[in-house]
Amino acid sequence: MSEIRSELKYASSHEWARLEEDGTVTVGISDHAQDALGDVVYVETPEVGATLSAGEEAGVVESVKAASDIYSPISGEVVAVNEALEDEPETVNSSPYDDGWFYRIKPSDESELDKLLDAEAYKAESDEG
Amino acid sequence: MGNKTALYDAHVAMGGKMVDFGGWDMPLHYGSQLDEHHKVRKEAGMFDVSHMTVVDIDGAGATDYLRKLVANDVAKLAGNPGKALYTGMLNEKGGVVDDLIVYFRDPGYRVVVNCATREKDLAWMNQQAQDFDVTLTERPNLAMVAIQGPLALEKVKEVLGIDWTAAIDGLKIFQSFARGDWFIARTGYTGEDGLEIMLANEDASGFWQALADAGVAPCGLGARDTLRLEAGMNLYGHEMDDDTSPLEANMGWTISWEPASRDFIGREALEAQKQAGVENKLVGLVLEERGVLRAGQSVVVDGTERQGIITSGTFSPTLGYSIAMARVPVSVGDTAQVEIRKKLVPVRVVKPSFVRNGKSLV
Repeated sequence: MSEIRSELKYASSHEWARLEEDGTVTVGISDHAQDALGDVVYVETPEVGATLSAGEEAGVVESVKAASDIYSPISGEVVAVNEALEDEPETVNSSPYDDGWFYRIKPSDESELDKLLDAEAYKAESDEG
Repeated sequence: MGNKTALYDAHVAMGGKMVDFGGWDMPLHYGSQLDEHHKVRKEAGMFDVSHMTVVDIDGAGATDYLRKLVANDVAKLAGNPGKALYTGMLNEKGGVVDDLIVYFRDPGYRVVVNCATREKDLAWMNQQAQDFDVTLTERPNLAMVAIQGPLALEKVKEVLGIDWTAAIDGLKIFQSFARGDWFIARTGYTGEDGLEIMLANEDASGFWQALADAGVAPCGLGARDTLRLEAGMNLYGHEMDDDTSPLEANMGWTISWEPASRDFIGREALEAQKQAGVENKLVGLVLEERGVLRAGQSVVVDGTERQGIITSGTFSPTLGYSIAMARVPVSVGDTAQVEIRKKLVPVRVVKPSFVRNGKSLV
């Protein structure tokens, strides 16, 4: 059974978003997503400074099996990316909610977070397949 | 719910992630496809391949029948009981109905064809059988386990014990022997040494468990695919199909042109293709920078407008970068470009064989 953390917000495309104390939002992919992808071998993150809109393509995660686009759950400017994933992409499998984060964004409109799914709604959606 | 092999419960008990494969519920992996892949390259892994279709071909006309049905010549097996060959059965226009292994049981033959093409294959084989004194018997009562890797033979001998040691030690590559319902062949689909073992369904789970206890890692279809791709082995529906010539699928070596009098199905079409010259060939591609080559991506080749296409692509766990097989215009040079997400990425063009016996060939 995959883990769904209650404090996070989710997109139906399986990204999670976490509002940090400094007002930035950290983005990654869910445990359900990493499990479905299998062994991750390559992650393409957005560039620091890039401006993304909610729902816009933000990067790619490739497993042995398949490539999957990452869509930004929220609009804003990318302020940090997880450079460790370049050498250790498998961190996405082992720690999808912590060390396996993808990028951090300074949201242009924090209220967009409210449009994302909460843990319960995401669970209901991912159970449906 | 799909078909279940005799090992289905064992897969579930060992944590197999079950997926549908050609109508069968099969394990994709048991946790990590990468770990399973490495285990086969370095030690020994085992695969449930019971979903594959096993057909015994008997009768006075069995040899003549197979000399018509497949592009390789089973007459080459005469005097060498147990010997096997790999080949394709072709349609009249020279496309590949399926690829298969033919084992010479003497008397009779055993062929193993793909599960996804089972019905088509059986219909085709039965249709061609009408002119021959031959009986075709499918063997769904048999399970099949492939044990592959540098320690594979050693592990199997450890499990089967002293009564089998001499027979296994005497097996040459592409050779088999039978004992009761047990059928042991030194063949595989990984580029490593190993055995493919057919046995009665009721014996399968005990054998599987004994192998696991001996340290042989259960491996799923995911690792099977990355291993065969590194080994440069074709997968039906990817490297070839009903509309692909074996001459454009790196299967020229599986065709016996001599004797010229042997009129196998598809021969006329292939001879015409050979005379006219084929337009494409199957090559290997290597991408040493970041990214993963995938089936369906276009390959741009210098000096021609015609593009090639990747037939299978993956991240190579052994090499640490991406590899692919691709059908490209024959004029291809040492390099080409692949379109990945609208960007053209340079790749190296090599022979379609990347890893053998644990060692890189590129």
